[in-house]
Amino acid sequence: MNKISEIKAMSLVERARRVAAVASKHADDVDAKGRFPQESIDAMKAERLLGIQIPAAFGGESASTAEIAEICSILGQACAAAAMTFSMHQIKASSVVSHGVDASWHQDFMKRIAAEQLLLGSATTEGGIGGNLRNSICAIEVDGDTCRLEKDATVISYGEQADAILVTSRAHADAAGSDQVMTVFLKGQYTLEKTHVWDTLGMRGTCSDGFLFKAEAPAEQILPKPFAEIAAQSMLANSHILWSAVWYGIAADAVNRAQAFVRGAARKQPGTVPPGALRLAEVSSLLQLVKSNVQAALEKFEAAQADEEKLSSMAFAVAMNNVKIASSQTILTIINHCMLICGILGYKNGTPFSLGRHLRDAHSAQLMISNDRILGNTSNMLLVHKQDTSLLG
Amino acid sequence: MNSTIRELLSKHGGLPVSVETLADDADLYEAGLSSFASVQLMLALEDEFDVEFPENLLNRKSFQSIAAITAAISSIAPDSQVA
Ligand SMILES: Cc1cc2nc3c(=O)[nH]c(=O)nc-3n(C[C@H](O)[C@H](O)[C@H](O)COP(=O)(O)OP(=O)(O)OC[C@H]3O[C@@H](n4cnc5c(N)ncnc54)[C@H](O)[C@@H]3O)c2cc1C
Repeated sequence: MNKISEIKAMSLVERARRVAAVASKHADDVDAKGRFPQESIDAMKAERLLGIQIPAAFGGESASTAEIAEICSILGQACAAAAMTFSMHQIKASSVVSHGVDASWHQDFMKRIAAEQLLLGSATTEGGIGGNLRNSICAIEVDGDTCRLEKDATVISYGEQADAILVTSRAHADAAGSDQVMTVFLKGQYTLEKTHVWDTLGMRGTCSDGFLFKAEAPAEQILPKPFAEIAAQSMLANSHILWSAVWYGIAADAVNRAQAFVRGAARKQPGTVPPGALRLAEVSSLLQLVKSNVQAALEKFEAAQADEEKLSSMAFAVAMNNVKIASSQTILTIINHCMLICGILGYKNGTPFSLGRHLRDAHSAQLMISNDRILGNTSNMLLVHKQDTSLLG
Repeated sequence: MNSTIRELLSKHGGLPVSVETLADDADLYEAGLSSFASVQLMLALEDEFDVEFPENLLNRKSFQSIAAITAAISSIAPDSQVA
């Protein structure tokens, strides 16, 4: 067996755990220096994890969203920045896998992702628009076989490290703001002029600097479907589920630390229940809520995947939005409770119970496509959407 | 029904182009119909035709064109005049 087939013979979870071991070793340094988690990404490449979603026919492993979510959670428990990088890469891969199978350029690109373990970045956020995914100011210019694009991309995670960036824009110079396309640009086809430095409260290692993005490439690199469909059918669900899986991972590790703290206290004073135990029970119930929420979303997505109409329905969009809102809010309550349990040892850096990084990383969840924006979008749909009151439906 | 739909579309669709320039089968999303405006349009249609869109019609396809909207309304309000 060669090395790659040996690696592929191991379970995805095993491979993810080996990456997590590397990620957790460097997590505090990545956070303190606000540097890219290079060791973890190298480990993901060594474990061939960047290509797992690509169909087997193109050299990947046809991994399901559920399998990818489990990996996001495993990595999230070790280093949130590395986990978020992995999840964002997989979200971009899902757009190519779901909407590029019929285009020969995108088929070749999928083969390259798997073979060369290419890291995919994303530029949807734009100056003057913010997180309104379904709106662009910039427009792609198609000139014969060539396309050109210039975008004031205010946030591109690991923009400098990515091997390709998928960029949204209006479909042409006269297109309406919501008439968008997404284009794959390969490293070498674009220049990045840094406009904003990512010096943030948390998620410091995603290195999500802002750039003036300028690119020129063959026009066949534009994904052959309107971005509206890509957003509704693959990106919405993948983003909210995989982000939530990372966030669950952060919270799960915080609960682990709090539980270790309470156990330690219980051992020191046999026969008594430590004061933090009650809060731990509370937190355990909240963590279960987040976990069930993500699991239910995965089931819903899997059931809808075969049915384009279901994927584009309001019921599905409302459900996915709700998953994001609930998990992004609840993890903050959970980690805050864990901090109360661990006390000053949780507040301090460098103890086995430190929770500062978890809490700061978790704060990004509500802003990563602003919850207010998502609630606004859901509230609009609720004007016509009728809720399904069944328990199992 | 067609002229009523066109009227409501022009009032609630928030389109950057005039509705008169759009053929019945023109793609409304390409013409700039946003998800916010499409909900406003659905509400106006429900009010005007005294119908409620069932869940299976609340998707992009049902509102993709004037023809699709006509078909959607006809399917739930068979009595309303298709003219
Ligand atoms: C860790 C991390 C990594 C990221 N990586 C990337 C990346 O790789 N590529 C990328 O493109 N983007 C990325 N983003 C950006 C992200 O997806 C959002 O687009 C961005 O966080 C939103 O920025 P904003 O808060 O300035 O903008 P806005 O969305 O404009 O929101 C600003 C504020 O205005 C309010 N607001 C605005 N509009 C509305 C509305 N309609 N309804 C209600 N309230 C509203 C909200 O309260 C919000 O807090 C990343 C973000 C994070 C946190």
